[in-house]
Amino acid sequence: MSDRGVVWLGSPSFPDAAREALKDTQLRANLKRATSTIRTKRLAVASELDDWEELRETAAAIKRRTARHLDHYLVQLEESVTAAGGTVHWASDAAEANRIVTDLVRATGEREVVKVKSMATQEIGLNEHLAEAGITAYETDLAELIVQLGDDRPSHILVPAIHKNRTEIRDLFTAEMGHWGQPAPEGLGDDPAELAEAARRHLREKFLTAKVAVSGANFACAESGTVVVVESEGNGRMCLTLPETLITVMGIEKVVPTWSDLEVFLQLLPRSSTGERMNPYTSTWTGTTDGDGPQAFHLVLLDNGRTDTLADTVGRQALACIRCSACLNVCPVFERTGGHAYGSVYPGPIGAVLTPQLVGVENAASLPFASTLCGACYDACPVKIDIPEILAHLRAKVVEADRRPLKPQALAMKAAATVLDSPRLLATAQKAAAIGGRAIARKGRIRRLPGPLHGWSDTRDTQAPPAESFRTWWRKNREGDR
Amino acid sequence: MNSRHAVLGRIRAALADVPSEERPEDVPVPRDYRRSHTAPGEDTVTLFAERVADYRATVTRTDRARLPDAVAAALTARGAEHLALPAGFPVELLPAGTWQWHPEPLDVPALDALDGAITLAAAGIAVTGTIVLDTGPGQGRRALTLVPDYHLCIVYAEQIAADVPDALARLDPRRPLTFVSGPSATSDIELDRVEGVHGPRTLDVIVVNPTPLEPRP
Repeated sequence: MSDRGVVWLGSPSFPDAAREALKDTQLRANLKRATSTIRTKRLAVASELDDWEELRETAAAIKRRTARHLDHYLVQLEESVTAAGGTVHWASDAAEANRIVTDLVRATGEREVVKVKSMATQEIGLNEHLAEAGITAYETDLAELIVQLGDDRPSHILVPAIHKNRTEIRDLFTAEMGHWGQPAPEGLGDDPAELAEAARRHLREKFLTAKVAVSGANFACAESGTVVVVESEGNGRMCLTLPETLITVMGIEKVVPTWSDLEVFLQLLPRSSTGERMNPYTSTWTGTTDGDGPQAFHLVLLDNGRTDTLADTVGRQALACIRCSACLNVCPVFERTGGHAYGSVYPGPIGAVLTPQLVGVENAASLPFASTLCGACYDACPVKIDIPEILAHLRAKVVEADRRPLKPQALAMKAAATVLDSPRLLATAQKAAAIGGRAIARKGRIRRLPGPLHGWSDTRDTQAPPAESFRTWWRKNREGDR
Repeated sequence: MNSRHAVLGRIRAALADVPSEERPEDVPVPRDYRRSHTAPGEDTVTLFAERVADYRATVTRTDRARLPDAVAAALTARGAEHLALPAGFPVELLPAGTWQWHPEPLDVPALDALDGAITLAAAGIAVTGTIVLDTGPGQGRRALTLVPDYHLCIVYAEQIAADVPDALARLDPRRPLTFVSGPSATSDIELDRVEGVHGPRTLDVIVVNPTPLEPRP
């Protein structure tokens, strides 16, 4: 496998990372406050639309149609972007996308680029790659700026610096801004408005002088060739309109058939994401426009594992994701561990299904298990991705890939399958469990167990099994009633 | 061209389960959602004004005759004196006074030196409280409403679409479009909403009724 980015090399597996994260009570408090705030806002604005379920159905159907005919729509997009004055590039993987962008920047003679927040460029590690080529990439979204100045990693799709509090951000601005450009003002306080003002001043000179910008795309309409970026701060508009050259890196799954399909997604995305009726700024552009905005536009279409994901008929629905992060904010696991524990640019429930598919399950084997399968993510997803279904599907794949040599969970799965297949074996097993379970239980609870079962029992108590199974009870008390 | 063929080939291989005779239109897309979330007979202009104000933008309502007075009142309240004037802006809407109007084309440093910009709009969206700019007459290039710190936008009542589907149907995707829903904002620090990072920190919207609101005194 070529290096696809996506996962952070050297990250511990999810259970190990989560164990560390759970010790951080400050992080848990920050996350709980943030996720509950945004959950409440999202529910309020989603419930304003009494056809929310119909909008979700349509969004899922548009994505299904697009995925089943992805080649058709990408070719159509290429034609319409080209006809509008843009240039389309195809990138098989992260390395190729990075090479294309680097060459395009070099061709302009510039050594600096301004960037709009983009998951795709994070996924491929574009900033690091450009730095190796002597090109400095400036993140201009406030949260991404915080992450970049801190040499940190994003912990949330929507608000990547949610793990940092205002004091930490103030200290970071004071220490680091001067190394990248305009320093933080003397005696900077930690009020969010003051910090936002410092970011404005720091980035302003970059915006007004940058000749090259790099962005992602929220959507691209095949029929018209229109590309869409949804944002709040205005940094996106700055990057998309002031520079002379604009390079957009977009996953191939972001294409939608027509302009009017956006009427569905522009209703679902802001309400699911920030809990607003509409985000402050949405920019759309079609190729280039004489006398307004960049005069050179390049669209890089990125595969990087997406076609592998598409090949899995269960897993391909993950490609419908519009990166709203609603699933993160409702997930009981994410709320306690935070995003870093997932070891990937895609954290939370969607990360747990997308990351293993993009890089191969053997390279992110713990992620399909980073869930309670409670289903809250499926209910929250505006495009109805059945995340629990994909998680269960990927768990089976992980176990399958893990068979040789047989590990405890594979043995357990195999034993369970055998027992559940046979009523006689099940009855025997239940009887044995009742005796064994009651023998090791104390006051009706089973606590920590030795051997291969400690992984389960270390973190939770289990009710002791009943003295007899339901089947036994039924046979004794009810069977004669029939 | 190699990667183009490779990626398209991988897509076709990945979709082996899709029958070769299936066309995109064969995949059903239900369209059962509502075209608009306004109630029958609801006053969309009032709804638009309320929803724009929800984003902490300032909304005033006036009629055609009183529009220059409303412009003057807004500019006085903001202390904005040097303003960018987009090509095609109807000069008869400008109030008499000491304001300095700087007509397009203006370069970025010149825009940066101004207090704000005054523009018309291409459309409004009532349910979401959004104004849409398409760089048409009186709206200026995209930089005009971005670089200065203040944006005064005039929206005519008849330009206001009830909801997102109606609005998109009115717009031409071939033009560069900017959808504005309140002033620049961020929630990146502890999810505290802060107005104003890079776009205009102050947004004033004047909604113009086609008929006089009440007889002039």
